[in-house]
Amino acid sequence: MIHYIWLFMIASGVIAAALQGKIDLVTMAALNGAKEAVAVCIGLISILVFWLGMMRIAKDAGLLEKLAYIMRPVAKALFPTVPTNHPAMGYILSNMSANLFGLGNAATPMGIKAMEELQKLNPDPKTATPAMCTLLALNTSGLTLIPTTIIGIRMKHGSVDPTDIIGPTLIATFCATSFAILLDRYYQRRYRKKS
Amino acid sequence: MYEFVSLLSKWMLPLMIVMIPLYAIWRKVPVYESFVEGAKEGFPTAVEIIPHLVGMMVAVSIFRDTGAMEFYLQFLRPIASWLHIPEEVLPIGLLRPISGTGSLAFVESVLRTYGPDSFIGKLASTIQASTDTTLYVITVYFGAVGIKRTLYALKVGLWADVAGFLFSWIICSLVFLS
Repeated sequence: MIHYIWLFMIASGVIAAALQGKIDLVTMAALNGAKEAVAVCIGLISILVFWLGMMRIAKDAGLLEKLAYIMRPVAKALFPTVPTNHPAMGYILSNMSANLFGLGNAATPMGIKAMEELQKLNPDPKTATPAMCTLLALNTSGLTLIPTTIIGIRMKHGSVDPTDIIGPTLIATFCATSFAILLDRYYQRRYRKKS
Repeated sequence: MYEFVSLLSKWMLPLMIVMIPLYAIWRKVPVYESFVEGAKEGFPTAVEIIPHLVGMMVAVSIFRDTGAMEFYLQFLRPIASWLHIPEEVLPIGLLRPISGTGSLAFVESVLRTYGPDSFIGKLASTIQASTDTTLYVITVYFGAVGIKRTLYALKVGLWADVAGFLFSWIICSLVFLS
């Protein structure tokens, strides 16, 4: 599916530019996109280096196992295929809590670490596992308690009550995340039946 | 409630940064060595992600900047007006899953034009805040471990974005319009 979406975006962009007679828009957009992507990755380096260092300390001290132990009812319900005392569980739970408290840049390194641990349980390293898909469902739907970025932007634009969107956002993101988990369950079941 | 959670969010990182090593020292872990050992993995992981992210962001950028997205928006407008969804927030909904900075730019233009305390301004803020950039998350997470076949992850992410958009609109209508 990702192949189709990728090709669709490029092809329709090229057609749109050609129809307007401004084909050089494509080249410019491509170079800008590439530049932006590398800039994002460069920005990620510092965050990854720092947080993966911190996470290693937490792991060596046995903190991740502790977190996994405390949260095991939630973890077991969401990730039935991952053994409860597997290190993946600790990373998954730290990723979830970092997301919840709006620590976006700490959440990514923890999520990547969780993916690496899940990859160790994966019989086919080129194909995703259902547990990975559940982790992705949780991360793409972005469950968070305080949307700090948007509140900052609302303040910048002179809102009299920049925080009044917190309630609606919380309900909307909670509903969307629940929907994502249900959908993930549905596809998981279908995938299991097929294979 | 907000004050409490935002205080928590502000203190969380500093507390973690000091509590994790403190606890580790108490458990007799050589903290500095552990830190460096773990941090070593940061650079290769970031480098691993570059080709995935360049591929994806080039496509998004071509789609967005050539006017192709504008073209597809035309087909969504009638559906939106039938549902009484303000058409100003449609580009935000369409961009949100594929480009976080792209949709944020649209949110800013809505806030500038209609004001942050207008219904459209609040709705735009809620849509932006209620979900994450699906394409980016999938590219980075799967890219970091070299997964090629992503099963149904993208489908779930995109449908959740549609749901998030609709939930934002329904809840904002209930809260801010009545």
